[in-house]
Amino acid sequence: MSLTSMPPEMAIEQPARAGLPFRRIGTAVGRLTRRSPGFLVGLVLILCIVFLALFGRFFTGDPLLLNPDVILQAPSLGHPMGTDAFGRDVFARVVAASQLDLMIAFFAASIAFAGGAIVGAVTGFSRGWVDDLVMRLVDILQAFPAFILAVGLTAMLGNTVRNVVIAVAVAYSPYFIRLVRSQMITAREAEYARAARCIGNRPWRIMTHHLLPNCLGPAVVQGTLCLGWAILDAAGLSFLGLGIRPPTAEWGVQVAEGTQYINSGQWWISVFPGLMIVIAVFGFNLIGDRLRRAVE
Amino acid sequence: MKAQSYAAAGKPMSGGDGGRSAAQGPLLRIEDLTIGYFGQDRDEPVRIIRNVDLTIDHNMIVGLVGESGSGKTQTARAILKLNTRPLQPLEGHIFMDGVDLLALTGEKLRAIRGDKVAMIFQDPRASLNPLMRIGDQLARIYALHQGISRAAAQAEAIEMLRRCGIAGPERVARSYPHQLSGGMCQRVMISLSLGMQPDLLIADEPTTGLDVTIQAQILELIQTAQRETGSSLLLITHDLGVVAEVCQRVAVMYAGRIVEFAPVDELFTHPRHPYAIHLLQASLALEAPEKAAETPASGYPAEASPSLELSVGQETYQASLESARDPDATAFMVEVSPGHLVLGTPVTVDQAVPSGFLSGQAGAKV
Amino acid sequence: MRLRFYVAKRVGLGVVTLLGVIAAVFVMTHILPGDPAAVMAGGHASAPILAAMRKEMGLDQPLPVQLWTYFVNVLHGDLGTSTSTGHPVLQDLLQRLPATAELSLYSLLLSLLISIPIGVAAAVNRGRWIDRAAQQVAILGASTPLFWLGVVLIFVFYVKLGIAPSPVGRLSTGVQPPRTITGFYTIDSLLTLDWTALASAAGHLVLPVVALSFVITAPLIKLSRDAMSTVLDSDFIQADYSFGLSARQIIWQDGLKNTMISLLTVVGIVLGYLMAGNVIVETIYSWPGIGLYAWDGINSSDYMAIQGFVLLVAMIYVILNLIVDLLYMVIDPRVRLA
Repeated sequence: MSLTSMPPEMAIEQPARAGLPFRRIGTAVGRLTRRSPGFLVGLVLILCIVFLALFGRFFTGDPLLLNPDVILQAPSLGHPMGTDAFGRDVFARVVAASQLDLMIAFFAASIAFAGGAIVGAVTGFSRGWVDDLVMRLVDILQAFPAFILAVGLTAMLGNTVRNVVIAVAVAYSPYFIRLVRSQMITAREAEYARAARCIGNRPWRIMTHHLLPNCLGPAVVQGTLCLGWAILDAAGLSFLGLGIRPPTAEWGVQVAEGTQYINSGQWWISVFPGLMIVIAVFGFNLIGDRLRRAVE
Repeated sequence: MKAQSYAAAGKPMSGGDGGRSAAQGPLLRIEDLTIGYFGQDRDEPVRIIRNVDLTIDHNMIVGLVGESGSGKTQTARAILKLNTRPLQPLEGHIFMDGVDLLALTGEKLRAIRGDKVAMIFQDPRASLNPLMRIGDQLARIYALHQGISRAAAQAEAIEMLRRCGIAGPERVARSYPHQLSGGMCQRVMISLSLGMQPDLLIADEPTTGLDVTIQAQILELIQTAQRETGSSLLLITHDLGVVAEVCQRVAVMYAGRIVEFAPVDELFTHPRHPYAIHLLQASLALEAPEKAAETPASGYPAEASPSLELSVGQETYQASLESARDPDATAFMVEVSPGHLVLGTPVTVDQAVPSGFLSGQAGAKV
Repeated sequence: MRLRFYVAKRVGLGVVTLLGVIAAVFVMTHILPGDPAAVMAGGHASAPILAAMRKEMGLDQPLPVQLWTYFVNVLHGDLGTSTSTGHPVLQDLLQRLPATAELSLYSLLLSLLISIPIGVAAAVNRGRWIDRAAQQVAILGASTPLFWLGVVLIFVFYVKLGIAPSPVGRLSTGVQPPRTITGFYTIDSLLTLDWTALASAAGHLVLPVVALSFVITAPLIKLSRDAMSTVLDSDFIQADYSFGLSARQIIWQDGLKNTMISLLTVVGIVLGYLMAGNVIVETIYSWPGIGLYAWDGINSSDYMAIQGFVLLVAMIYVILNLIVDLLYMVIDPRVRLA
């Protein structure tokens, strides 16, 4: 039924909605690519970075190769982003770092999403004391500024990639828990009476098969934004010396390494990696922002 | 609302209007109004309300009825050019004092709002500024419209509140909207409108959402206000009992179109459009089942049929639900008896179809 | 009457949250994998030292007892002793707090000054170019890492243009700090009419304040735009238009006032970003605040310091949010006169 022949009473009033199944997200994405320049730009940026991460290795040098002959060289044809204090090619390191940062962001956001969605769905469905307890814990988690929480966790857990992923995931899980929980509560009110009447009591099945798919829409959008934030936080942590340490190539580490050379004018060591962060996060933010508006 | 004898409904025109007469021509004339929005497709808008014609004379109460979502509120808001985003008037005119209101912008538009046309909203509490005291809100409007000082306006505000039946108006003037009941808030809105002395008052479901006991009082108050100021009233409601008691003419809206427009007693005794019939039957069945049993055969067919034939002189028209909904149908208002218009499509293909439907059909008298 | 109830309820919630935060920090250090004693003793301690550390930390006690001891200590102001400075952690933190506070306050003010007008302008002109431009700027701002921006600012304004003072600390070398009244160099030097100190302090504040304010300007633009949009869409604004009030009156009187009040509720969230940003800005500009202290602690594996820092920041965050909420309760008549 095309829009113009839809009965007006349906057109004026927006139907109440509990969420957006995956299928509809697919069509939303398709439509966005065609209509929204912002979305397209974001998609292109991300694809470029992913391409770089996956295949960049094939046309750059070794990110860890020390070459004392070419230290602190400004960008040139041979070294498009210059070299650092150890003679390492900055571009090679930037490419290697893109792999690491994207991976960290992906895993951290996925864990936060999956864990948060499960907890949020279960607690939103169960209500009662389980819900109260979990929400109190979530409140306490959110009593810390997210980055500070990540700092504390990484400092205590130790400086490994795994710990950075865990710290960032834990810091972001409250968002997903709350999001999915509130969707679940709305959906539950709407569907529960109907389900109870027709099917009979199989609550677990009701939750997983009927309610959960509807609740995930906003969470997926949040997840896209989270990918960007995770990169910022992971890089921020390594800049401070937590999590990933030199000589591992990571964008935050690179900026930190280059800080001491800024005064003497060797800007390229810090500027290029940071620029990559801006591009990546901007891409994710654009996509997430457009997705959010399409879902609303 | 208690059941009324529909034949007895239909009040005579009230007097005391300071000299305005019907001979001047109508107060407000909505012509071929179409409201819609531009969705994803920027070129072709979605038309929600189509080809609406409505005329309101001076000193008259006109009812606008229909289900939720039929377009009543947006039609009325178009008079003030205040449609809810993203809706906007797309085509048509709204004439008042010879001026097309839809063509006005800026200062000229602002001048008619409140002064010429004022609106009472469905949710009175939501229509008041939650962070401003009642007295200040009233005083601000009065100072603007009556050209008096703020202090004088404050005193005026208290007086108006008293006249609108609020006991302890000083206390109410110092209060915030959330401290008042729904009925009180509606009285405040009414006193606001009264203070602006508009020529046309639009009341959008003014009693929906209020206690049943308060509804009658508020309705009474609105009628008194209309009578005393001599303004006309466009009363939007889905309650036919209210229409029967208060209105002189009534327009029935369905699927974004006006399907029937008639004097109120005429509509209740001889409805012609299937939707209007359906509406009346349903309403009667709810409110006065015993009445439903004794309906005169001429007024109400045994079953509401989706399509009826209208004969106007030599020409035959078909009035149906389908033709109201279908944007491609060539439907227009047909005068089946003096002042009684029904939406119909010509049955015989070789009938000439006029473009604007009040033109040349049956004179300007509606 | 009801207001007192709401206030009490909110304060109670704040207290409970504070206790929860203390417990959470305890969990972070004592229950997470890793030997707390080794962590606290700092890496390469030998077995007898570790044993002594364990005894001192009370790790041989059952967990609930440890937790209780921790609570009691914290509430008495004992956050342990820093292994690098040798002083009590709380003392170290309080000494450095004014520097952080000065930086944060000016950043907040600058950010509000920039973001609210932009957000309001965007909301008033929804859909038009100014709105879209503002949104893009906000998104771009939100994508920029603070640490990178801080470095870039130094490069541009100090290294290349030479107009900023050396980005080390709060004052140039050789300038004496003003007499301590508030701990804010700008205010103190103003009060004591110490113009050299004022000029130096102000000059050193510029770059870090610009950098730090950047972090919250982007979200604030979005938040103020959203808040103003919500207000402009509300029924009473529509009613205002129907009464013939001018757009100017409606937007700048009703719209703005209602928006400011609703914005108050989100200021708390933004403060969190600010506090997180402090750590980074202070390390870049060698600003002697609690953020730099934490960084020093990270570098020297001074876990008492880190733990104390996290705890203090979280507690300040909770208390600030509490104050904001209480302020809102008092200002909004819907709560005040329920």
